[in-house]
Amino acid sequence: MNKREKVSFKKLIPLWIYLLFLLVPIYWLVNMSFKTNTEILGGLTLFPRDFTLANYKVIFTDESWYSGYINSLYYVCLNMVISLSVALPAAYAFSRYRFLGDKHLFFWLLTNRMAPPAVFLLPFFQLYSSIGLFDTHIAVALAHCLFNVPLAVWILEGFMSGVPKEIDETAYIDGYSFPKFFGKIFIPLIGSGIGVTAFFCFMFSWVELLLARTLTSVNAKPIAAVMTRTVSASGIDWGVLAAAGVLTILPGMLVIWFVRNHVVKGFALGRV
Amino acid sequence: MSKVQNNKAWWLVLPVFLLVAFSAIIPMMTVVNYSVQDIFDQSSRYFVGADWFRQVLQDPRLHDSLLRQFIYSGCVLLIEIPLGIAIALTMPTKGRWSSLCLIVMTIPLLIPFNVVGTIWQIFGRGDIGLLGWILNDVLGISYNYAANASDAWVTVLVIDVWHWTSLVALLCYSGLRAIPDVYYQAARIDRASNWAVFRHIQLPKMKSVLLIAVMLRFMDSFMIYTEPFVLTGGGPGNSTTFLSQTLTTMALGQFDLGPAAAFSLVYFLIILLVSWVFYTAMTHSEKN
Amino acid sequence: MAEIRLQQLAHSYSAHPSGPEDYAIREMTHIWEQGGAYALLGPSGCGKSTLLNIISGLLSPSEGKVMFDETVVNDMSPEERNIAQVFQFPVVYDTMTVYDNLAFPLRNQGMPEAKVKIKVHEIADVLDLQPLLKKKAKGLTADEKQKVSMGRGLVRDDVSAILFDEPLTVIDPHLKWKLRRKLKQIHEQFNITMVYVTHDQLEASTFADKIAVMYGGQIVQFGTPRELFEKPHHTFVGYFIGSPGMNLIEVKPEVGGVGFGGIHLPLSDALQQRLAATQWSTLKVGIRPEFVHVWDGPVDDAMQAEVTYVEDLGTYKILTLNLAGQLLKVRMQEDKPVPQGQAWISFPAQWLMLYADEFLLEAATQPVPAGEVPHE
Repeated sequence: MNKREKVSFKKLIPLWIYLLFLLVPIYWLVNMSFKTNTEILGGLTLFPRDFTLANYKVIFTDESWYSGYINSLYYVCLNMVISLSVALPAAYAFSRYRFLGDKHLFFWLLTNRMAPPAVFLLPFFQLYSSIGLFDTHIAVALAHCLFNVPLAVWILEGFMSGVPKEIDETAYIDGYSFPKFFGKIFIPLIGSGIGVTAFFCFMFSWVELLLARTLTSVNAKPIAAVMTRTVSASGIDWGVLAAAGVLTILPGMLVIWFVRNHVVKGFALGRV
Repeated sequence: MSKVQNNKAWWLVLPVFLLVAFSAIIPMMTVVNYSVQDIFDQSSRYFVGADWFRQVLQDPRLHDSLLRQFIYSGCVLLIEIPLGIAIALTMPTKGRWSSLCLIVMTIPLLIPFNVVGTIWQIFGRGDIGLLGWILNDVLGISYNYAANASDAWVTVLVIDVWHWTSLVALLCYSGLRAIPDVYYQAARIDRASNWAVFRHIQLPKMKSVLLIAVMLRFMDSFMIYTEPFVLTGGGPGNSTTFLSQTLTTMALGQFDLGPAAAFSLVYFLIILLVSWVFYTAMTHSEKN
Repeated sequence: MAEIRLQQLAHSYSAHPSGPEDYAIREMTHIWEQGGAYALLGPSGCGKSTLLNIISGLLSPSEGKVMFDETVVNDMSPEERNIAQVFQFPVVYDTMTVYDNLAFPLRNQGMPEAKVKIKVHEIADVLDLQPLLKKKAKGLTADEKQKVSMGRGLVRDDVSAILFDEPLTVIDPHLKWKLRRKLKQIHEQFNITMVYVTHDQLEASTFADKIAVMYGGQIVQFGTPRELFEKPHHTFVGYFIGSPGMNLIEVKPEVGGVGFGGIHLPLSDALQQRLAATQWSTLKVGIRPEFVHVWDGPVDDAMQAEVTYVEDLGTYKILTLNLAGQLLKVRMQEDKPVPQGQAWISFPAQWLMLYADEFLLEAATQPVPAGEVPHE
């Protein structure tokens, strides 16, 4: 083995410090989620002295808590499906064709990714109320499309441009109709791109709070809004709050695991 | 790839256009509408022309917020971009450690913004937080993000670094991975120093992903709302109140629809301008 | 430096190789002498790039030694060995001008700027890069970039050898010959050891004084292009060199020689003795299409073959003959008459090669020429 190929240990120390920096606050949250409120407020312990699952029990048994998770997951998945379905044909168009206004359209799409959610709070509130979609999952899913669809188009276009046009032409010569070509040949080729796009749609929809909270009140209330419930007259229920926080991290970790091989390419929007 | 000119491609793009237009154009029209009217309630509105814009552009509260926001975004870029590059340079490229590293680094990016705020809110408190305790009781540095403005600023910055540096690092990492080995081999043969390798090979090849990183971080930090709000509520006083919060307070809290709408448009225009600059730079470098 | 010596060198990419298949380079001992222009010729995957990287120091061999004169350099990096290498894909520093690209290795050595200027202009002259010196390296064509890559290797005073890894792959064909000539010129002018890796026999023959043919991780023959042509040590060399390649026929030993399909080919006594003393599992004879003698008419000792196909290629013709079931190719000058239907041919003894297990069997027991791998 070439000894020059071994990475110098000293070089890795900054990386380890950084990774530790990322993990310690999360460890603290997990730590707290297994403690009782008395222990939390009583003094600082690095590990729970009275290990308890009571906080988690509250979340899993109280409907107003776990419905928050279900609501969030529901609209996030809705958003993923909608965003992907409309973005795929559009990305294909941008990748393969020039058409009237294409560059301007692309830029306009990107500007929506850059729209401050705060700007849209009130208009969205009024818009969705007026069409009777206030406090529904579909409302949040649609609202999140504002920034997820442009991102999806951007990423997918990058991946699609990596597939040579000759493949399309060969398929047509072989007699495939466009839908059949798209479904049977093209989509499998950009499989990792779709995975990455789905990941990003999940990510940005799952973490977004402002719009989700504004457009919902009871029925579709996301977990983020529920978490503010822990503030009550008797003080903040730290244990349950921590447990709730931990549970919001888990879906994310699961999703990362599935796309870990492709996430790097996706971050470069397929352009690497 | 050589593209074919075909306007029928619009059919493929139509669903996206309609969806985003629905989410963007209609609300935008509402905003524009409000920005030129004085609204007392549903039935009494008066057209006031550019009055709100004038007021907004002269409002000292907004000037403060804007200044704070620019400083904040500037700090964010100054810290996160070099840090992200540095981390990307040290990340392992293959093996189990590589996957593990990627996963750990992606975790902060997937935490809902309010939970990010909550994590640090707890972490930084003097009574129940590890960081607060270490700073106050072990190291003797007095630290209270709720009462002290500079503590609050530093904490908000640290949160952002914690939350988003991974994005920059992952982007740069993907750029670095795309560099063929021969470049490094040639540089070794040319006896190039590590710094020369960075300056002449790595940095140029990372240009396109760096632009994406800078653009995304500027945009997102310029629109930041939840994390500082959960941590400090904008305080102490106004010290950590950034643009989004000011706007939200105006629009939903005080229901000053007219000024809020005018402000929204100005806010949006600033971002549009900066993003146009970045986008042009990006497509220029892609063409090369 | 007088020579580069590869001593019992072998390389496997796996940590625990279990058999010969795991080796990219099988054990070899080989010497490259100072100042020579050498080609490393072989098909894709035969190990030539691996061998080149071992010589240059980009790869450390898993077994054996690489020696520059008397010094073992296994653990020395390319810069420590003073080797320059030109890669298949042009490597230029995009952000710098051509001038700065050429000056880069010199500046890294700390050479004073005045001297750098002289050297850069000298090399730019040789490579016809003068008009491009101020241009940014990014906008150059592929062959210009490759010249800059070569230039960076040549510009250093102290370079002991330059290694080329298929450098003309990305160059347009009409520019290839120009660059090849340039390389030969440079070699004559600077007298540096040059090793040129290629899979193109024409390139190898025009560039090199001596060619090392690689096959399956071994150097199967090392000689001048003429030696490779007239006396291939391995059936692969016979097949790879020459257009068309050598005719190879499987034979069985018979009294007085070897034979196949009813045809008897006599061998000299010495060769017969050698054959008898050798263990083998496959036996072949080979003769180049150029050396098959075609008689004008039927002759007593000649073999009769059926003419199945004639290709007229201008200055020469290629005949395909059927000799007792075996297809042979014969190359004839344009002025010689082409036999119709039947041809009478013979194989002159000096050009008929005998191969046992793919390696050449020779009658006289001569010392193995320097640089040749010992027959297993």
